[in-house]
Amino acid sequence: MLLYAVKRLLYVLPVALGVSIVCFLLVHLAPGDPLTSILPIDATAQQQQEMRIAYGFDKPLPLQYGIWLWKVLHGDLGRSIATGRPVAIEVANAVGNSLILASIATLIGFGFGTFFGFVAGYFRNSLLDRLASVISILGVSVPNYWLGMVMVIVFSALLGWLPSTGAGPNGSAHWRPDLEHLRFILLPALTMSAIPMGIISRTVRALVADILDQDFVQALRAKGMREGAVFRHVVRNAAPTALAVMGLQLGYLLGGSILIETVFAWPGTGFLLNTAIFQRDLPLLQGTILVLAFFFVALNLIVDVLQSALDPRIQRG
Amino acid sequence: MRHAALALILLSTFHHVAAAQGTLRIAMTAADIPLTTGQTDNGGEGQRFMGYTIYDALINWDLSSATKPSVLVPGLAESWGLDPNDTTKTKWIFKLRPGVHFHDGSDFTADAVVWNLDKLLKADSVQYDPRQSAQGKSRIPAVASYRTVNKLTLEITTKSPDATLPYQIAWILMSSPANWETLGKNWEAVAKTPSGTGPWKLASFVPHERAELTPNQDYWDKARIPKLDKMILLPMPEVNARVAALRSGQVDWIEAPSPDAVKSLTDASFKIVTNAYPHNWTWHLSRVEGSPWNDIRIRKAANLAIDRDGMKELLAGLMIPAKGFLPPGHQWFGHPTFTVEYNPDEARQLMKEAGYTPEKPLVTKVLISPSGSGQMQPLPMNELVQQNLADIGIKVDFEVVEWNQLINIWRAGATDPSARGATAINFTYFIQDPFTGLIRHVQCNLAAPNGTNWGHYCDADMDALSNQVRNTFDPDAQTAILQKMHEKYVDDALFLMVTHDVNARAMSQKVKGFVQAQNWFQDFSPITMDK
Repeated sequence: MLLYAVKRLLYVLPVALGVSIVCFLLVHLAPGDPLTSILPIDATAQQQQEMRIAYGFDKPLPLQYGIWLWKVLHGDLGRSIATGRPVAIEVANAVGNSLILASIATLIGFGFGTFFGFVAGYFRNSLLDRLASVISILGVSVPNYWLGMVMVIVFSALLGWLPSTGAGPNGSAHWRPDLEHLRFILLPALTMSAIPMGIISRTVRALVADILDQDFVQALRAKGMREGAVFRHVVRNAAPTALAVMGLQLGYLLGGSILIETVFAWPGTGFLLNTAIFQRDLPLLQGTILVLAFFFVALNLIVDVLQSALDPRIQRG
Repeated sequence: MRHAALALILLSTFHHVAAAQGTLRIAMTAADIPLTTGQTDNGGEGQRFMGYTIYDALINWDLSSATKPSVLVPGLAESWGLDPNDTTKTKWIFKLRPGVHFHDGSDFTADAVVWNLDKLLKADSVQYDPRQSAQGKSRIPAVASYRTVNKLTLEITTKSPDATLPYQIAWILMSSPANWETLGKNWEAVAKTPSGTGPWKLASFVPHERAELTPNQDYWDKARIPKLDKMILLPMPEVNARVAALRSGQVDWIEAPSPDAVKSLTDASFKIVTNAYPHNWTWHLSRVEGSPWNDIRIRKAANLAIDRDGMKELLAGLMIPAKGFLPPGHQWFGHPTFTVEYNPDEARQLMKEAGYTPEKPLVTKVLISPSGSGQMQPLPMNELVQQNLADIGIKVDFEVVEWNQLINIWRAGATDPSARGATAINFTYFIQDPFTGLIRHVQCNLAAPNGTNWGHYCDADMDALSNQVRNTFDPDAQTAILQKMHEKYVDDALFLMVTHDVNARAMSQKVKGFVQAQNWFQDFSPITMDK
């Protein structure tokens, strides 16, 4: 088990290097000038060139990458061109806010998704199954930015029950899980949970349905095992695959959502990415993408190790 | 006992008066809080909310009237003018306002002005700030040198005689040298606790989320001490999020509501406040060799082809149809002889004379963007213009490029390969002063990429007028020349003059006392909030 974990950890190194190259180059592919955000629109050619030199954009791309990577390896993600603030602080604050949102969305999405999935799988072809399936299909199919806007129109603009934007009455500073702050998070979290809920529900339903058809379940029932005990076996068999799907979904949630965070002005990584994209803030963009990419890499690693712990056959594979 | 009761009554009365002024919450279109250290970023919006609130310039804009165009007024300088002893007409003397203090309590002096100019212009000065320099340096191209004459007298020397210097100086905001020293000579620390001389102080600041401003009760202009208790600025770049925030009562004021939202907002009793201001939405025409726009008949025909009233309907009334390059009523508008109006018959006649008809149209390419700061609703607006021009025999193919890319193409000029053979570019302009308003688009030596004369227009008479503007130091005489310049803009139909934005903002009925000046910047001091 330990050997597997170490081996899996070593695989992360080339992946991380690849991720860093893609992160760096991807942002250079987009059109536009990274100095747009700090220079007035009518800045002279000479002033543009002075700034290009000051920010190192006059250097060849491989050299820029080398300098950037060296700083990253020393924990320095650079400074935002647009704000002048350290990217690491900008990203850390945003990640913190996205984590809060993702945690609530995870609770809602995974909880309801698993529940609907088990209910639908266990009571296949019943009314409950159809109802749970309809809810999960809607969750997957409805564009979440549209859902977010509808929620805002209904619950904020028309009914006035919940705030439509922001992370709290005084912003995200000093966020705490009290009622006032939870009122701010409810709409974005519900919107964000729709897709994972749908995906997990569909996955769990299929898994449960498949496992229930297997011979060992019939054998357990034939032995006279109580349905509750059979259910535990089903859960244990469904867990590795469900966990892998949840891990991926958790990665998506932690990464924030550009659309949802923009609609709700939630100051997370999605909102930060949106800002960085529109301002052509390359260091901020690179830093944010890099951190998010490493979330995925780390989550995949954790899920792989957890899967192997739950199902020893994976190690042998 | 009686005294105590009286004191309580007085206290509660004062408390009531203070509380009555309230808190104003504004949703900006910016994605972040504009730079707080002095020279702001985020364009006109940055200067509006984080510039002229916390800071002053030596010369300010008069933002007190909604009915007349804004003019320059004394700010931190009580008076200014050419040095009468200087025959070169390049030396300016600024008499500074006595008794002005920065928010940190330090004195405002001529040395502080020199320090601030060094901050922008001298890369080897200890206080040089590349971020503020990037914003401020290009605003004062005329400045060659400057020095302290005495504590309250400053001398600025220009590279050549330039009567537009006061307009340039109005961009430069004064931050406190003492505050910078106290905060370890660190601009990042200054960003959190800036110190200017303006009517507002920055009380708190959460990047990307909010900034809270409180009144500077010691402000030198007692008439402009803010009446509100607090003003909260919230960056909200997404227009639907801004509208939702207003409708749900999270904010009291939003910048730039979309035309689609106007009816629903007015139906829900929100105010839409608009006014003319120095902005235009144009097609900047290429005048390089081979461009069809070198033919004045085609330029005039295009200007006569645009159904501006139809466009106004499209934009829910949020525009002022163009009558010239400057908005109607502007002090430099003058009396052009060519009437910019919708007259398709005359337009078709002019096109016929030029050799084109709707059946045998002129085919040309125009650069547009799908969005962008100040571009209003570029796609439907350009489609309307395209349809109008097709009716008179101009078939336009659009080259749609992303906004930041369009800026680069605009900077590079019409002759650059990045223009992809386009003969016009849809660009909106800030036209607040003689240079940004008129000179920069037409002076021969400002042809892009050296300047922002995108179309490479060059005309000896126009150049002479530009030079006269720079060399005429009497304000009335200068205005007369600027009017002549604008008349030539219109009579020669130098641009496709389509419309002017109206600086729309939507607000709750609780917001009282706001006067929307005909300016990119606004004064928030007279505002109060009803309970």
